[in-house]
Amino acid sequence: MTQSSTRSLTRWLRTDEPASRLQARCIQVYNGWQDLRSNKLAMIGLIIILGLVVTALFAPFLAPQDPYAQDLSRRLLAPGQDGFLLGSDELGRDILSRIIHGAGTTLYIVLLVTLTAPVAGLIVGTVSGYLGGWTDAALMRITDIFLAFPKLILALAFVAALGAGIENAVLAIALTSWPPYARLARAETLTVRNMDYIAAIRLQGAGPIRIIVGHIWPLCVSSLIVRVTLDMAGIILTAAGLGFLGLGAQPPMAEWGAMISSGRKYILDYWWVATMPGLAIFIVSLGFNLLGDGLRDVLDPKKAQS
Amino acid sequence: MTESTDVTSGQPAVSTGRLSLYLKKIASLFFTVSLTLLGLLLVTFLIGRVMPIDPVLAVVGKRASNEVYEAARLSMGLDKPLYHQFFVYITQVFQGDFGKSLLTSNPVIDDIARVFPATLELATVATLIGVLVGVPMGVYAAASQGSWFDQFVRVFGLFGYSMPVFWIGLIGLLIFYGMLGWVGGPGRLDIFYEDMIPTITGMILIDSLIAGDMTIFWNAVSHIILPSLILGYYSLAYISRMTRSFMLEELASEYVITARVKGMSEQAVLWRHAFRNVLIPLITVIALSYATLLEGSVLTETIFAWPGLGQYITTSLLSADMNAVLGGTVVVGILFVGLNLLSDFLYKIVDPRARQS
Repeated sequence: MTQSSTRSLTRWLRTDEPASRLQARCIQVYNGWQDLRSNKLAMIGLIIILGLVVTALFAPFLAPQDPYAQDLSRRLLAPGQDGFLLGSDELGRDILSRIIHGAGTTLYIVLLVTLTAPVAGLIVGTVSGYLGGWTDAALMRITDIFLAFPKLILALAFVAALGAGIENAVLAIALTSWPPYARLARAETLTVRNMDYIAAIRLQGAGPIRIIVGHIWPLCVSSLIVRVTLDMAGIILTAAGLGFLGLGAQPPMAEWGAMISSGRKYILDYWWVATMPGLAIFIVSLGFNLLGDGLRDVLDPKKAQS
Repeated sequence: MTESTDVTSGQPAVSTGRLSLYLKKIASLFFTVSLTLLGLLLVTFLIGRVMPIDPVLAVVGKRASNEVYEAARLSMGLDKPLYHQFFVYITQVFQGDFGKSLLTSNPVIDDIARVFPATLELATVATLIGVLVGVPMGVYAAASQGSWFDQFVRVFGLFGYSMPVFWIGLIGLLIFYGMLGWVGGPGRLDIFYEDMIPTITGMILIDSLIAGDMTIFWNAVSHIILPSLILGYYSLAYISRMTRSFMLEELASEYVITARVKGMSEQAVLWRHAFRNVLIPLITVIALSYATLLEGSVLTETIFAWPGLGQYITTSLLSADMNAVLGGTVVVGILFVGLNLLSDFLYKIVDPRARQS
């Protein structure tokens, strides 16, 4: 019975004549998913990210030990020794448990940045592109100014001004990463603003806010999603960099960048303290990069045609 | 637009028309750049003002009496309205005055002039590595699209995008310095070689060659090789990827097919025909990656104890030396704008089409 219902669902998704808007939309998503599924590297990326999400959600159940429990008599033990699968750090804490708990911190940072910066960029870009004229000129100048700043140094200066801490690090990263999204959204807006369907809606009496939110945003979203996925690795690396410099998450919080920083002193004699959290950062950002790369191939209409 | 009027009005009108067009372009460019710089200064100024650190306290110290504090506040102009302070700040910056560093008690601009060559040296060597390896990789990946080499270049690049630079730096030090002893450790030279040659350019590789001291030159090479390879890997990842996608576009065009049909060798088609057209957008890419390296070296410099601009800014930041931080930020920002401008100009020189429009 289940088999026949799956089959009819597949048929519903594969039909050439969609009966409703919902069905057409579902077919589109289904086809994209089929494309993505055939891309092995992208699937590896997806699995890594799902792993990150699961680890972050169930960290207290997955971690073998308390990530904050110190035991100075068992400090700097090698991987595998004394029940420390990835070794213990300079305060005798279990590195594996700290990495597992750090997954939540990383995910939290990435989510906060991706919920703020692209949205801000989307608003600025579409308003700028749709209204044009002086608004456009002014908004784009501001965007250029922020683009002219080197990202990490501007983020450093912001964190210095706001004070070290994870929320401020997020704010600093968001403040430095919205301009490319604004540029992208503006470019997309410029290509659609003079199309007939926009003119038709305008003739029906829709105001600029309604047009931008209801009819321009949906068209900008897919390219923004690709860009965000590709940028997520960069966000993770920047956040880890801030943590490494002591400007992000504060001790004793488990954060991968800060963990590398504390392991730095012991790198020549106790290599695992800094190496393990670095591996975690590497794997997760590789996951985002692989998925973003695959998503770009699927969602890029130029490539889909060829 | 000017083309039709030029034809009818004859030769002299052409040149004056062109000239005024050029002047207009330069004027608008000048306007844009100065506006950007002004915005840059405004942002750093505001960051400096919202700092929780009291600039007066930093000068007079915690035990100063109220009168001394007030006098210092007045002499620093902090009682004036914000726009006035901003105006004063701009005037100072344009005179190259970023104030004094609290940490080194030197003028910030002198400090920056001292540390900048180290950053420039590192970024230049890294960019050279990135270009010399990344460009051929991208070209051959595009030429054999879908092959194992193409896949390798893609994954190799993605690896580069995914590694935290401070982590790979530590691992590199652990393996090549700690375990194998192949390269020099942190710093620009072994300690006993330091200050043995006169500082001319501030770049040790060049200074040692000028002094003719090959021992110091090779010692400097052994120190720069690891950080520049790591930074170079990042620019390589970016450059090879962009080269590949530019090349793919060119190789699909008709003149390439013509060249192949004529029976030209594959190498000639790749390098003499397709690559020449790729060169144009590639300049922008290289300039961008060079500019990013001047900034991205903040973390690398920290790891390798490289006494450059990035390390200067971070150590100043950690000791709340805001004059130094903001001065450094402005300098890097100006460099960014300058390099972008330069790549725009190069673009126009190399591509005749860009000159006309």
